[in-house]
Amino acid sequence: MERDGNRHKTFARRAALLAGGKLTLAALLMGRMYYLQVLESDQYQMLAEENRISMRLLAPPRGLVIDRFGRELASNRQNYRVVLIAEQTNGVAESLDRLARVIPINPHQRRRVLREVKRKRPFVPVKVAENLTWEQFARINVLLPDLPGVQPDVGEGRHYPMGVETAHIVGYVSSVSEAELTGDPLLELPGFRIGKNGIEKVYDESLRGKAGNSRVEVNAYGREIRELARQDGQPGDDVVLTVDAGLQETISRRLSDESAAAVVMDIHQGEILAMVSAPSYDPNAFNLGMSTKAWRALVQHPRKPLINKAISGQYPPGSTFKMIVALAALDAGAAGPGHRVFCNGVVKLGNTKFHCWRHRYGGHGWVDMKQAIAQSCDIYFYDLARRLGVDRIGEMARRFGLGAALGVELVGESNGLVPSKDWKLAVTGVPWQLGETLITGIGQAYLLATPLQLAVMTARLANGGLAVTPKLSRRQGPERLGADGAPAEHPVPPSIGVSAAHLQFIADAMSEVVNGPRGTARKYKLDKDVEFKMAGKTGTAQVRRITKAERKAGGKLAKETPWKERDHALFTAFAPVGAPRYATAVVVEHGGSGTYAAKLTKDIMTAVLRADPLARTALGASRGEDRGGGRKT
Amino acid sequence: MTLGGPMGRQVDLSLLQKLVQINWLLIILLTLIASVGFAMLYSAANGSIDPWASRQMMRFGGGLVLMLMIAVVDVRTWLRHAYLIYAAALILLIAVEVMGVVGMGARRWVNLGLFQLQPSEVMKIALVLALARFYHGLPLEEVGRMRWLVVPIILILVPVALVTRQPDLGTAILLLATATAILLLAGVRLWKFAVLFGTILAAIPVAWRFMLHGYQKDRVLTYLNPERDPLGAGYHIMQSKIALGSGGLFGKGFMQGTQSHLAFLPERQTDFIFTMLAEEFGLMGCLGLLSLYILVIVYGYAIALRSRSQFGRLLAAGMITTFFIYVFINMAMVMGLIPVVGVPLPLVSYGGTSMMSLLIGFGLILSVYVHRDIIIARRPGHRS
Repeated sequence: MERDGNRHKTFARRAALLAGGKLTLAALLMGRMYYLQVLESDQYQMLAEENRISMRLLAPPRGLVIDRFGRELASNRQNYRVVLIAEQTNGVAESLDRLARVIPINPHQRRRVLREVKRKRPFVPVKVAENLTWEQFARINVLLPDLPGVQPDVGEGRHYPMGVETAHIVGYVSSVSEAELTGDPLLELPGFRIGKNGIEKVYDESLRGKAGNSRVEVNAYGREIRELARQDGQPGDDVVLTVDAGLQETISRRLSDESAAAVVMDIHQGEILAMVSAPSYDPNAFNLGMSTKAWRALVQHPRKPLINKAISGQYPPGSTFKMIVALAALDAGAAGPGHRVFCNGVVKLGNTKFHCWRHRYGGHGWVDMKQAIAQSCDIYFYDLARRLGVDRIGEMARRFGLGAALGVELVGESNGLVPSKDWKLAVTGVPWQLGETLITGIGQAYLLATPLQLAVMTARLANGGLAVTPKLSRRQGPERLGADGAPAEHPVPPSIGVSAAHLQFIADAMSEVVNGPRGTARKYKLDKDVEFKMAGKTGTAQVRRITKAERKAGGKLAKETPWKERDHALFTAFAPVGAPRYATAVVVEHGGSGTYAAKLTKDIMTAVLRADPLARTALGASRGEDRGGGRKT
Repeated sequence: MTLGGPMGRQVDLSLLQKLVQINWLLIILLTLIASVGFAMLYSAANGSIDPWASRQMMRFGGGLVLMLMIAVVDVRTWLRHAYLIYAAALILLIAVEVMGVVGMGARRWVNLGLFQLQPSEVMKIALVLALARFYHGLPLEEVGRMRWLVVPIILILVPVALVTRQPDLGTAILLLATATAILLLAGVRLWKFAVLFGTILAAIPVAWRFMLHGYQKDRVLTYLNPERDPLGAGYHIMQSKIALGSGGLFGKGFMQGTQSHLAFLPERQTDFIFTMLAEEFGLMGCLGLLSLYILVIVYGYAIALRSRSQFGRLLAAGMITTFFIYVFINMAMVMGLIPVVGVPLPLVSYGGTSMMSLLIGFGLILSVYVHRDIIIARRPGHRS
């Protein structure tokens, strides 16, 4: 008892000591609580809010691209995707294996996902597949409990209903590359796409719209719990094109087997009704994600489907240039319409012979200016060119829009080339040769023009010498409308200062090309049931020098010439004769002879006149529209 | 019953007498604490009694019955079987080592056919019983002698080593701290504790080099610098501190904790439940719960001091110290005062095993209280 008493005392003393220790520790806990919850509370409250609230950008729906009658050429389509959050899987590879039983996943996709998972920050989803069918998407949703970490997701994708047929006009969108980042957070949204070519690129900013934002409460996995506040963005503006999609379609199909370009233009306003470059490509393929192999095939294709030949392709205008030479001569008074030249098929300048294309048949004989155009006599234009000199020809060519880009709303427009004496000396260091003047007279030498430039040239010839410029968009967002909301009026283009009488003479001569008994395109006058006549000019552009042997052999060798070495075929035209409204230019690469292009133009012009897009009410009807309609008689 | 000395006033009590003797106020306190747990588990399940709160209530109910059953068993029975229980716990611990079930990266469970048992939990009680019995049988003069320190040190270090190997650092620290407290209460010289602390300090570099597992080192490093890896190992403690701090003085309100409900807080129903309480009820809620715990501990001390046997005193004080260490380690951990060690908040965290072992511990404390006036001979059969 005594001893236990001692033990009890010791115990009590030690218990007090221990309790003191515990009290100290409890006080430490309380101090810590006070520190965290009172002294540092504000900071932690802020951190908790930062955790909880996330600002999410809302990608605005991209504006549509529609044709002049409202047909959609670029639209938005729901894109069913599936993403993966690595942190929520029991192993990324396992989840991919399971997913592969539901939708096809190729080894390439698989490698990409495994690579991206390592790179991304935790809980940031990685795209596994997109553009799934509704059926695949539904199946994933049903099987979701067995697919840890897999999340279905609906995004917005761009769709081009006409695909191949409008690719060179509308262009396409694709993911933003590192170099394209401007600091705009919208561009950094996963899956955001911007215009990379065509209208999509040129009008990208207004098509894009303004991003909205949404303050959402998120959990630790980044999943949205609820929306706290929302500020809607502004959808992108639609772009209304001048193009008639139906016509575009018809012409595309007509040219589908060629390596060619065709432009159809309204001669008064410069509205482009169709612009085809063949072959083309499918812009939807860029959305679906193109394989390297498919991409390489497109790039290396000998007929260059990715190039818009209508604006980027540069060709010697050949005989289609003869109107310009004739006008220059008339304008300068160097020769009148009655000026006659005898063509025996060849003309000699020093030691060099310059041939007419008809030299094998002994030439054209006596020709006046009209017949020289109708029969495309080369000797006649050698004569005119010699009288004019290259600089006066070049000056006239530039008035018709040749030699400089026309500023159409597309990317990659070429300048073409109109040579001058100074230009040659500056570029080559060699003075201009008289022989070069002669062949400039028949649209060769250094001359280069794009099909669009040829169409504009023809439009200016047919519209009484007004400097129309090509347009692809009628209305693009609200800014093209006037202050009162009505469509802005089209200004009348300035005159290029060429006499109306001279132009009328040229127009008659061009009509003679098609409708005259000896015209080079007489086989391709429009059918009787079309009611209208077309006027035009053939052109055959040499790709290389013709050798003596070939000249002797004549046309027989042409068929055996490799495709790459055959001449380009050109034809520019306007219709209807008398009250023209439409101008066309067709270039067929290595098409052999201008008459081949005339043959295609006949079909194209027939389609144009049958559809007669200018006579129908288009979106955002403008004064020019009324004029176009009023002229139809 | 021959254990009681002739001086004992309560040699044998009837069951009814025992039940009357039970300290019902302590039970009310424990129920209050557990109820805080039920409320927090209800909140953790986003306002649902399932899956946690309901099961926790059932466990607590069952545990209370078990506690009362233990409380009415004569304290001398526990004294008599103390070494046996210790031996059984030790065998189970060795069984874990040999054939335990691996769960969550550690080998802690042993399958007993009907249910799985965590022998380290049994050892928490068994070690206190064994040490209490050892010092009960040792006169105060002998306690001070070095040679009488050998047996208790073996009793302590063998299970601590086994538990550390599982690895379960939390339980190892708990066992070591409780045992040290019992040695202190039993009267072991204070300078020896100074030597012990010195040894521990000296051992830290050695332990760091050879004994700690990668994840344990990680925890320590993260504790020392939580920003070291804010999305990895430091994430939990950062988020816990944010939750605690953002609770402020009065909290965000019941079921309004953003950190907990938006899953920023890890393990909110188990080890980090105190953080959730702190977020939803603020400093006031924290102090309230801490006060309840302190009240329970004060009761424990009162019971220990009232006991007329050294065994009862050491048993009650030992069990209440275990309880305190649980509370301290858990709270200090979630507040970023010490590294993360997996120790639940007693009676509040979701989990059956620790609830059971804690209530068994309180059953023993109550048994000491019920039989507080029984004077027990130092050695069975001998008079003191």
